[in-house]
Amino acid sequence: MDKKAVIEVRDLVTHYGARKILDQVTLDIHQGEIMVIMGGSGSGKSTLLRYMLGLEHATSGRINVLGQELGALGVKEMFELRKKTGVAFQGGALFSSMTVGENIMLPLYEHTRLDRKTMEIMARLKLEVVNLAGFENLMPAELSGGMIKRAAVARAIIMDPKILFMDEPSAGLDPVVSSALDDLILRLRDAMGMTVVVVTHELESAFKIADRITVLDKGKILFVGTVEEVRNNPSERIQNLLNRRPEDTTVDPDEYLRRLTGEDLGGNAVL
Amino acid sequence: MLSRDPRNAAIRFIEKIGRSTVAGIEEMGSGGVMFFESIYWLIAGPRMKQPVRIGSIFVQMMEIGIRAIPIIGIMAATIGVMLAIQGIHTLKIFGAESRVVIGIAFSIVREFAPLITGILVAGRSGSALAARIGTMKINQEIDALQVMGINPIRFLVAPALLAMIVMVPALTIFSNFAGLLAGGVYVGASLDISLAAYIDETINILRVEDVMHGLTKSVLFAILIAIIGVVNGASVSGGAEGVGRVTTRSVVQAISAIVITDMLFAFIDTR
Repeated sequence: MDKKAVIEVRDLVTHYGARKILDQVTLDIHQGEIMVIMGGSGSGKSTLLRYMLGLEHATSGRINVLGQELGALGVKEMFELRKKTGVAFQGGALFSSMTVGENIMLPLYEHTRLDRKTMEIMARLKLEVVNLAGFENLMPAELSGGMIKRAAVARAIIMDPKILFMDEPSAGLDPVVSSALDDLILRLRDAMGMTVVVVTHELESAFKIADRITVLDKGKILFVGTVEEVRNNPSERIQNLLNRRPEDTTVDPDEYLRRLTGEDLGGNAVL
Repeated sequence: MLSRDPRNAAIRFIEKIGRSTVAGIEEMGSGGVMFFESIYWLIAGPRMKQPVRIGSIFVQMMEIGIRAIPIIGIMAATIGVMLAIQGIHTLKIFGAESRVVIGIAFSIVREFAPLITGILVAGRSGSALAARIGTMKINQEIDALQVMGINPIRFLVAPALLAMIVMVPALTIFSNFAGLLAGGVYVGASLDISLAAYIDETINILRVEDVMHGLTKSVLFAILIAIIGVVNGASVSGGAEGVGRVTTRSVVQAISAIVITDMLFAFIDTR
C-alpha cells in the first residue's frame, strides 16, 4: 500500500468551554486506506472528525489535509480543498426542502458549470452506486433511515472526492442494512481508490471494513494499528472496549463527597 | 451554601444582569457581522465562485412578499377604516370631521403601513427564517453546507436578506394603497365625500418626504427582521424544543426592534 499520508494530525489539543476534549492527538491517515476511529461515547471521536473537517478551531496543534494545513488556508483555498473531500453525516443531513436528486446534485450545481442534464446523469450514477436508483424524485422525509444514509453517501461522493469521511454510518440501522453499508464502503475504496475515514462505535462493522483502527479514549489515542493488532492488544482498556466491559473507575471518597454536595467547585462555577 | 447567603444572592443577581447584557451585546455584534457578511457575498460572491443565486432570491421573495399580500391587504385596510372611525369620532368634538383626511393620510403613510407590514412579515417570515435555520443547524445541514464548500451565509442568509429588503418596502407601498383606499371608502360613506375628492385631497396633503419616511423605515425593518431571524436560528441549541424557543424569541425580538426603531427613526427624522 502507498504510505503517503493524506491526513496528518499533529499534537491536536481542543477544548469545549473549559473542558479538554482532545489531548495531544497525533495521527496519520494514509492514502487509499479505510481508517476507523473507534471509541466509546465521549471519547472525542466525533470531535476529532469535526476538526479534521475544519469545522472548529483547535486550541493548539495542526491538521494537514491533502498536504494543506487547515488553519492556514484562505477562504478560497478552503473552498477548493472541500471540493476534494466528501462527508456523510450521522443523520444524513440531507436538505429537507430539496428532493434526493437535488441534494446529490447540489455540489455539482454550486461548483461546476455542467448543464442540468449531465448533472442529473451523474446524480443517477451515484444513486446506482449506493443502490438507490429511481429514488431521485423523493423528498428526504419519504426515505427510511438506511436510505437517507446511503443518499448522504451518494451526495458525499458526487464530486469524486479523494477522502470520504463518515460519521457513525451504522448507528441506528438494523444489522442487515448496516452490513450492506459496510460493503458499500469497501466497494467505494476498491473501485474509486478513496481514502475513507469512518468514525464509529460499532465493533463488528469496524473489524469488517477497517485497514487500520485508531482507538480513542478520553481524548487520547490509545492505540493505532491493524484489526489483528487491536484484537491481540494486551491493554486492559482496549480489551474492555472490545469485550464491552464497563470501566471500573476508582473513586476518591473526598472528591465524591464534594461532587455530591456541590461545594467548592472552584470560584465562579455558579450556574 | 451559596444560595442561602443574601449577599451572594445580590451578587448573583448583578452577575446575571451583567451576563445577559454581555450576551445581548454579543448577539447584536453577531447580527452586524451577518449583515455585512451577506453584503460581502452579494458583491464579492461571483468573484469567489460563490455567487448568490438569483433563483433562491426569487423563491424567498415569493415566500416573504407575494404570499403575504392577502393578509397584509386585509390588515392595512382594517387599519385604514379604524383610523377613519377614530378620526371622525375625535374630530367631532371640534366639528371638524372633514379634516379627518389629513389624519388618515399622514398616519397611514408615515406610521401604520410600514409598522403593520413589518409586524406581519416578522410574524410570517422572520419566524420561518429562524425555524428553518434552527432546524438546519440541528440536523447538521449547516455543517453539510460548510464541508461541501458552500458558505451558509451566502447560500441561506444573503438571499433572504435581499428578498426582505426588496419585498418589505414593496409590501409597504401596497399597504399604503390598501389603507388609504379603505379609509377613503369609510370616510366617503359616513361624511358624504366622493372618493375622487378624498383621493384628490390625499394627494394634495402628502409630500414625497412623507412616503419616503415610511419606506425608509420599512427598509430598516426588513434588515432587522432578517438578521434577528437568522441570529436566533443560528443560536439554536437543544433539539426540536430549541427550535420552537428561538422561533418565538425571534418574533418577539423582531417586533420589539421594529417598534423601537420606528420611534427612534421618527424622532430623528422629524427634528
